[in-house]
Amino acid sequence: MSTYSLSDGLASGAPRASRAPLLATWLRESGVGVLASFAWIAFGLSCLWWQDVGDWSRTHSLGIAAFVIAAIALFGTVGADYLGSAGQALHKRAPWLVALGAFLTVWEVATAKFAWLPLPFFPPPQAIIEVYTDDLPKLLDSVFASIKLQLGGYLIGATIGFLTGVSIGWSRAVGYWVHPVLRFIGPLPATAWLPIAFFTFPSSWSASTFLIALATGFPVTVLTWSGVASVSNAYYDVARTLGAKPSFLVLKVAIPAALPHVFVGLFMGLGSSFAVLVVAEMIGVKAGLGWYLQWAQGWAAYANMYAALIVMSLLCSGAITLLFAIRDRLLVWQKGTVKW
Amino acid sequence: MVATAPAEAVTHPAAGAELDIEQVSHAFDIDGIELPVLSDVSISVEPGEFVALLGPSGCGKSTLLRLVAGLDKPKAGRLREDEARIRSPHPSRVVVFQDPTLFPWRSVWDNVALGLEAQGILRSQRHRVDDALDLVGLSSFRNAYPHQLSGGMAQRVALARALVNDPKILILDEPLGKLDSLTRITMQAELVSLWQRKGFTTLLVTHDAEEALVLANRVIVFSDRPARVKADIRVDRPYPRHRGDPYLADLRRQILGLLGLDATW
Ligand SMILES: Nc1ncnc2c1ncn2[C@@H]1O[C@H](COP(=O)(O)OP(=O)(O)O)[C@@H](O)[C@H]1O
Ligand SMILES: [Mg+2]
Repeated sequence: MSTYSLSDGLASGAPRASRAPLLATWLRESGVGVLASFAWIAFGLSCLWWQDVGDWSRTHSLGIAAFVIAAIALFGTVGADYLGSAGQALHKRAPWLVALGAFLTVWEVATAKFAWLPLPFFPPPQAIIEVYTDDLPKLLDSVFASIKLQLGGYLIGATIGFLTGVSIGWSRAVGYWVHPVLRFIGPLPATAWLPIAFFTFPSSWSASTFLIALATGFPVTVLTWSGVASVSNAYYDVARTLGAKPSFLVLKVAIPAALPHVFVGLFMGLGSSFAVLVVAEMIGVKAGLGWYLQWAQGWAAYANMYAALIVMSLLCSGAITLLFAIRDRLLVWQKGTVKW
Repeated sequence: MVATAPAEAVTHPAAGAELDIEQVSHAFDIDGIELPVLSDVSISVEPGEFVALLGPSGCGKSTLLRLVAGLDKPKAGRLREDEARIRSPHPSRVVVFQDPTLFPWRSVWDNVALGLEAQGILRSQRHRVDDALDLVGLSSFRNAYPHQLSGGMAQRVALARALVNDPKILILDEPLGKLDSLTRITMQAELVSLWQRKGFTTLLVTHDAEEALVLANRVIVFSDRPARVKADIRVDRPYPRHRGDPYLADLRRQILGLLGLDATW
């Protein structure tokens, strides 16, 4: 009896036991991807199923685009084995695709279809797409203006800040004169200079460049300085016994040793200079994304504001990504740095 | 004991420099209070000699080495390398510190190249860096960064970084102090063979009497702070030396006695 039931159990149980995990494995591997596909189909349907409560021209195209994304998600998931690293990337991001599809569906329904959210203030996704397609030239002009202003000011501020920081950290005499000035002016928010800057500088563009450079320069100076000051004397001793001259001590010992600090300063400077950029554009410069935001508000063009905000956040995030990439290249010798 | 120049120095007459420490005294200022560290220290080192400095911790050995290196100036007395006054650091006198103090932002090769680069002769002398790395057996780690090395390897890189300059005086401040005993014994042997091949004058601070006796021609024992020369002992034994050598054991007992440790050791 016992032998019989044992062999019976083995014979009938084995295939079932091996099939069930197969399904479970497939679900675990591909379930999220398929779910992402469903989420985007839901978004596409939500666009096309009901009539819009307002007059938007891109609703249909958006619905089609959602289906295309759903199809890509589905085929990408099913064919992940043949797609190599692209399939891997999709697999990793599938949960986010699900969340995004669901969010867009809710947003679409809550705004364009039933207007649960008060309408002019909460535009539907298709209204924002419309801005990107129909107002592209003006938006691009603003993007380039912002990048130009930001890049110029940031590079000037970072360079001056770095040089000042190294000088204070290295030379007692420079420190004696610059340190009090730094303490007095540095903590002041750069935006406080706005009114003065705009009428003392020849153009609003040069005034804004100055303010952005100021906002960048302070943290870069302080952190470069503290980096140089905290370099261990043992490094200098080693270099000196090997025949190093003062220029070598600065360029090949102090600066490389201080570089991790410098990058913290550059990171902080980037953040505070973004703030100055937007304010300067809103108040004085008649170009750039800050100005675009201001202009859109004046016309109650809320979709344009959201569109500009999204672009702005992509730009800021991109700038920080770039900075981190440069840092990772220069500081490969450091172990365990933060990944952005 | 008879003061004979070691055989190794004779085979390399020009490689090592003579070092004269003449009535050197030094003191530090700590919160306005003077802390005497060296008191009338006179040591004359022959070219190519291997001298070990032993003394209680904190007595002033590292301070003396910094003076020899030219990193600090003595409060009184003179230091001379081949008759010339020592006033500032020079690559003919290179220090290996207790911590390897490799530059973490430079690869192993670039760390070893430091001296030649600082003197502006790296471009024409790159092979010397390769040779120095070969010498310490780390050629395959040339592209590694310091954080990827073990303690013993890092200390060997520090040694290569010193040797690449072909120093006339090699100054070693407890360079093996932090290593495990196995690595330590291996590196002691490497050190002796390097010294025998290159013939530089060597000044080694150690807290280990046995290490001093296995390596040096001459052991100088310091008193408590402020350091005075308490004994100057010649070790006339051929290399390689054996730790069990009764002659060395006898010297060791003598030295430990000088350092205030009981004869039971
Ligand atoms: N830069 C310094 N400033 C003040 N005191 C110092 C300095 N360097 C060393 N000392 C003091 O001098 C004494 C001798 O130090 P050191 O030469 O390092 O001893 P050791 O023989 O252990 O190498 C110690 O008491 C130490 O506190
Ligand atoms: Mg010491």
